[in-house]
This record gives sequence, C-alpha cells and structure tokens, in this order.
Amino acid sequence: MSLARTQSISLQGLRGELVDIEVDVAHGLPSYSLLGLPDAALNESRDRIRAAISNSKLQWPNKKVTVSLSPAWLPKSGSSFDLPIAIAILLAQGLVERDEDKKRVLIGELALDGGVKPVRGVLAMVIAARDRGIKEAIVPLSNFGEASLIRDIDVVAVASLGDAILWISTGQKIEQPQLSIVMEEQSSCDMSDVRGQDSAKFALTVAAVGGHHILMMGPPGTGKTMLAERFTTIIPPLSDDAAIEVTAIHSIAGYVSQRGLMMTAPPFIAPHHSTTVVAMVGGGSRTIRPGACSLAHRGVLFIDEAPECASGILDSLRQPLESGIASISRAHGTITFPAKFILILAANPCPCGRFAGRGRACECSSLQVRRYMNRLSGPLLDRIDIQIRVEPPTRAAMSDENKEESSKTIQRKVLEARERAKARFTQFPFTLNSEIPSELLRTEFRAEKSAMNHLHQLLDEEAITARGFHKALRTSWSIADLKSLPRPGIEEVRMALELRQSRS
Amino acid sequence: MAIRASAQTLGSRGEDIAVRFLTSRGYFIIDRNWRIREGELDIVAKSPEQVFIFIEVKARSSAAFGDPLEAISKEKALRIQRLALAWLATHQLLGAEYRIDAIGILIGRSGEISIDHRAGVL
Repeated sequence: MSLARTQSISLQGLRGELVDIEVDVAHGLPSYSLLGLPDAALNESRDRIRAAISNSKLQWPNKKVTVSLSPAWLPKSGSSFDLPIAIAILLAQGLVERDEDKKRVLIGELALDGGVKPVRGVLAMVIAARDRGIKEAIVPLSNFGEASLIRDIDVVAVASLGDAILWISTGQKIEQPQLSIVMEEQSSCDMSDVRGQDSAKFALTVAAVGGHHILMMGPPGTGKTMLAERFTTIIPPLSDDAAIEVTAIHSIAGYVSQRGLMMTAPPFIAPHHSTTVVAMVGGGSRTIRPGACSLAHRGVLFIDEAPECASGILDSLRQPLESGIASISRAHGTITFPAKFILILAANPCPCGRFAGRGRACECSSLQVRRYMNRLSGPLLDRIDIQIRVEPPTRAAMSDENKEESSKTIQRKVLEARERAKARFTQFPFTLNSEIPSELLRTEFRAEKSAMNHLHQLLDEEAITARGFHKALRTSWSIADLKSLPRPGIEEVRMALELRQSRS
Repeated sequence: MAIRASAQTLGSRGEDIAVRFLTSRGYFIIDRNWRIREGELDIVAKSPEQVFIFIEVKARSSAAFGDPLEAISKEKALRIQRLALAWLATHQLLGAEYRIDAIGILIGRSGEISIDHRAGVL
C-alpha cells in the first residue's frame, strides 16, 4: 500500500487541534507536494525530512509524494510536523511496519542527520492530545521532562528518527530519562532584605491578599524594584493545575529549559519600559507567541518607570486587566492566551526623579510633573486599587538591628487571609476581594454601618468618586481578612483610603 | 571538449537503451530526436494499444546526484507536452490519444544497467 496516516497536534494559542497527516506515494515524476496551509518553516520540511531519511540509511521515495495535513482549513506552522511526516512517508513505502490501531501522536523537528530536535509548546500539545483521547505521544528527548508532567498518556522520548522507527515497529524504547518532576529553584529573595518601608510592605501584603493591582511612587533608590521583585515570595504558590497551565504558556514561548522544569513559583515578569505592544500582549506574524502579560499569568507583571512607556503600551493592558485573557486577532482567526496577573507599576514622582520629602532637590516645573503623571491614563489607574508613596527609608530604619519580617511569615498571613475570603465567596464565581462586583459591595459585602456612613459622607463632600468608593471597600475587605475580622469597620476603610492617597 | 563529448555519449547511449527496451515491450518507434526551436523530443513511439507516446530519456552514470528522473522538473515536463502537441500538429494528428512517459537509466561503472519506466507522468 502506498498510503499512510499519522497524527500530530497544531497549536492555536494554548489550544491544540488534532491534525491528520496523510501521505500518498504514487508513480510519476519525483516530486513532493505539501497541502494544508503550511507556513514557511513547514514548507522547508521537505528538505529536512529527505536528508534525515537518507542519512538514517533509509530510502527516500523517488516518486510522486503528496502530503496532506488535515483539517485543510487550519493554518499549520512550525517544524513539529517533521517527524510525523517522515514516519508517514516510511509507512507508505512499507519500510516501517504499521500498527495503525494505536492512538498516537508524533511531535518533533528533524535534523539533517536524522536526529530529533526539541520544539516549542510540547506541554500544551500533549495536554491537547490527552484531551482528545490519544493514548501515546512520541516526543523529542529534550522535551520529555515537560511532556511527562501530564498523566493518562504514555510519553515516549526519541532522540532520532531511527529511535522512533524502532519503537513503532518493534516496541523497543531507547533509555528513557529518569522521571523526576524537577521543581524550579526557589528564588533567593526575601522581604526581610528590605529595610524599613513598613507601610509599603503592608500595602503589598494587602495587595497579595486581595489580588489588587498596585502603583508605587517614589524617588529612585528607595526600594520600589526590590519590593516588587519580592512580591512573588509573599503570594500563594501555584497549585498543581495552575503550575501546568503556567508552564504550558512558557513552553509555547520557548522559555522552558531543556530538562522541563515545572514552574511552581508564580512567575515574575518585568518588561522594560521600552517594550512594544506586541511584546506586552502577544503577537507575531506567523507563529503567535504569548506576550509579557500572558507570561505573567497567575503571577506578577512589574513595569518599572511606568510613565516612560510609549503611549499605548500601558493602555494595551486594559483588556487583559478587565477580562483576564489576552486575545490576538489575525486574518485567520483570534487566538487567546490567559492573562490573569497582579500588576505592579513603579513610577518616579517627576521626570527628574528627585521629588522626595519636601521636594527641594527637584528641578521639574509643575507642568512637567503634571504631563509626566498624565502618561498613566485615567482608565488604567481606575483599575489599580492601591496607590502608595514609597519614601526614602529613614536613618533609624536603615540602622535598625531588628530582624525584618520574612517572606515566609508574610506569606502565611496572606494564605490565611485568602482562606477566609474563599470561605466567604463559596457561592460566588470569584475568589479574590479585587473581583467583588460593585453592586455586591453595596449589598452582600457592605462594610460596617459606621464605615459605610463615613464613605457616604466623603462621597457627599465630593472627596471621593463613586469608583473610589468601591475601590476603598474592596481594599478594606482585604485588610479585614488580614486582621481576621468578619467585616471591615471604619478603621479598615480609613486604612484603605490611606492606601490610595498617593496622588493628591 | 572531453566532458561534453562524454555527456553526449552517455545521453545517446541511454536513448539507444531506451529504444531497445521499448521495442522489446511491443512499442513501435516512430521518431527519434525530433528537434524544433523550442527543444527536442527524445523518442516518439506508438504503444501496443496504438497510443502515441512521447518519451523523455534521462541517463546517469551514478545516482550520487539523485535519481535521474529528478532532473525532470515540472517546467521541463510542461515543455515536453508543448513539443508533443507541436509534433502531433506537424503530423496532422491533433486530437489523437497521446501520453508522456519518462525513462530513467542508470549505467553502472561495470556496465550494469537499470531502467525505470514511468508512464503518464503529466
């Protein structure tokens, strides 16, 4: 028979589609045609596959070879189809014994010498295969680590085309790597590294409890970046499902290292302020890659010097902040990546950065300062519940010999507070205080009477807006959880208002 | 030039081999090396089923540079088709049933010959 079929997976964002690879070897002049919307990398597969087959001491068919990737309407990209095409060509010639009953997918790029090279996104592909009832995945040796994170599917690692043939025709495996889910190294940072800054640390703790976004303003050198970098050490670690999801996104971006580390710590992504919209939300012309906000999924997105960002960069975050997903539209469809993160913005108080204390050293005119701050657009700031000032640490704090609170201690408090919130929200579709809808803040999740009166009075005096009213309430719930109070009182509401007083 | 001479020798030797091969299979040879400005038809024959066959012959002394038939590109195959139509027109046979074949011949160093006949390549 001169017809054969293998299967593989094509990724669209995090979603994978099962792709049938059919090969027909017919009489006629030697030729090779590849059907089914291949991209450039895939069109080059012919020469790679041919060299790989010849160099594996196997016969390339000098006949009319037709390769069809179906479903035909689905655009396919990348080099991960090399291995399934090569195997299908060999099957069609009868050079490899077939056992087609097996529900199996093949993933891998071929080197000219017949070696199998790693590809991006193997984790997401194996998840998709498992969800579609596939029982076995043949993957490149270097991707074995991430692929074997998935249960309920047999993963076979191959280092070369020959290995794959051996496995398919005789069931002999090469030596598989030792299976150990390698935990990513814990970050060595700790909150106790930062001296003083008690109010900033408190604000970050509240943000960690409620999943609130936060803006830190202060002159350079006061510890904004240090604090932000240590924020991931006080938020809860990733659950198993979340860890796989996060690792899958990083695998598509090509950032999972060869041994396939599972990301267990929440990611900390800090794009430079000269970044582009595409780098921020994801994109690319053919292979669409996740952007910084998706890489920060279930973790922290930190933007230092936020007002220095080109216009449009920060505003491109509005959609992910709103919906928790980043969607990228192209002619052939819309691709979405999850993007639920805690945003931390850091900003200098003015362009020269010296507006500290009483602002004596600052050289900026008031107009310059105003322009600088206006670069953070209103709609973006609306989504940031906590806005604080970070002042230079005092001499007393710097020389204090007392031990600062460690990340472990703070994280325990955060975890306890989150448990309380979770118990309260069992009947609701959200789990974090920052996600409480406005109408519920006025009914189910009101603060104590005195606190509500205080807020209404401020509203009457036009001291706060309606939006500020709701944000203060959300933050006050996180403070109440931290203090293990059943409901925020006037004290908590006052503190919450305090936490957004940076821009007066 | 020596190289050129040897190439020609190999080409015409291949064609002789192809002619013998076709004759032994019951083909009747009508024309050889029919040449116009557009190019050349190696062999024109009539099959046992009385179909006109236009044959392109490729001979090589080794497969080190690929199969002989790989040298026939899509463009070349289309040119052979145009030449075939021109041949039919010249002989007032337009409308007759015809077919385009390719024959690849490998002539080994010690004289062993392998013939690969592909019928209806276009």
